[in-house]
Amino acid sequence: MKIIGFIISIATGSLLIYAAADFPAWSDPASPASTYLSPHFIEKTIEETSVPNIVTAVLADYRGFDTMFETTVIFSAGVVCYLLLRTSRRKEPETRYYRHILTGVTIELKEGYKIPPSTDFERIDSLWTPPDLIIRTVCRLLIPFIQLFALYVIAHGHHSPGGGFQGGVILGASIILFAISFDLRAAISRMSEKLVAVLCAVGVLIYACTGGLCLLFGRNFLDYGALAELLGVDAVTARSHGILIVEIGVGIAVMATMIWVYNNVSSAGKYEQGL
Amino acid sequence: MNDLVATIIAKYNYWIYITLMMAGLYAMIAKNNLVKKIVGMNIFQTAIILFYVSIGVKKGATIPILEHAHGHGHDAHQAVHATDYINPLPHVLMLTAIVVGVATLGVALALAIRIYNTYHTLEEDEILAQIREE
Repeated sequence: MKIIGFIISIATGSLLIYAAADFPAWSDPASPASTYLSPHFIEKTIEETSVPNIVTAVLADYRGFDTMFETTVIFSAGVVCYLLLRTSRRKEPETRYYRHILTGVTIELKEGYKIPPSTDFERIDSLWTPPDLIIRTVCRLLIPFIQLFALYVIAHGHHSPGGGFQGGVILGASIILFAISFDLRAAISRMSEKLVAVLCAVGVLIYACTGGLCLLFGRNFLDYGALAELLGVDAVTARSHGILIVEIGVGIAVMATMIWVYNNVSSAGKYEQGL
Repeated sequence: MNDLVATIIAKYNYWIYITLMMAGLYAMIAKNNLVKKIVGMNIFQTAIILFYVSIGVKKGATIPILEHAHGHGHDAHQAVHATDYINPLPHVLMLTAIVVGVATLGVALALAIRIYNTYHTLEEDEILAQIREE
């Protein structure tokens, strides 16, 4: 198998090298990729959408339909991870372990007994390791700023590198960082499984509903110029605002999916302590 | 000889992406461990992303964010020249490809976990041997 794989990859590589001879040189302004459609986007974006960041404008406006189904792909990835891994029949562990937070005493309860949720006890697994004070403190300080930066990236996507995808990933990463530095139970107690699943769908819905709203105003699907009347601005600014609404939807969907996938994969669907 | 060296230097982005792609393809075909196959798939994706982004580069151009264009009026727009800004299209395509890559990685890992739970191994030959026994 190793030899076959080697031969196949060498053959593919030599084909690609042969094809690369006909490709334009690196950083050639006259290359085919930069000549047909892209000059139009670069020169007309500011007139048509009043968004200085061309990438954002192309992503959410000119190619809005593509991006909508891109978020649908992400949403279905989250759902697939859930369906593959989440154990539906709850097989209760034989014994539950609880740790008294102040004294560190661990108690073991036989089958069927449990302690109601309280601030004195936390439920732990048999694989429990003591928390690291430095990691917890640094993460506690850092996470609010990460989330603030994520909101900045989403909201400022019109004028600087950023947008829904990037900001959503940063927002999701802040929650995942919390789940790693504390444990998965603590993360889920703050952001429940249900909430994550609902947010995942809400993000895609915000995107689709913005498109549907444009249809109701008698224009094409995702033609944000139709929202001018509703938002009380001219058609060009309305396209810029429409992009922002859609980016917020994308951000919510991406954030929720990242958390959902992490929750399922890191605990193999059991939603115990996680990593 | 000098000509060949000049060509190789002028197109170095293609050589890097081809090398990465070959490494990813080899890992996907030849590696026995499923997680290593998934890593190979990610290297393959990285090669594609590098290829697309390097296509968008223009000499002497800056990132595709228009300068001094913060006003919302239609009057104050200076003429924008396409040669001053790199091609935004590959960036748009790869932006979504990166996030979708993370999503597919999640699904692949979820499948790997399910396989491990069933067969208690991630080595391909051992899984095949177990399937043949059944």
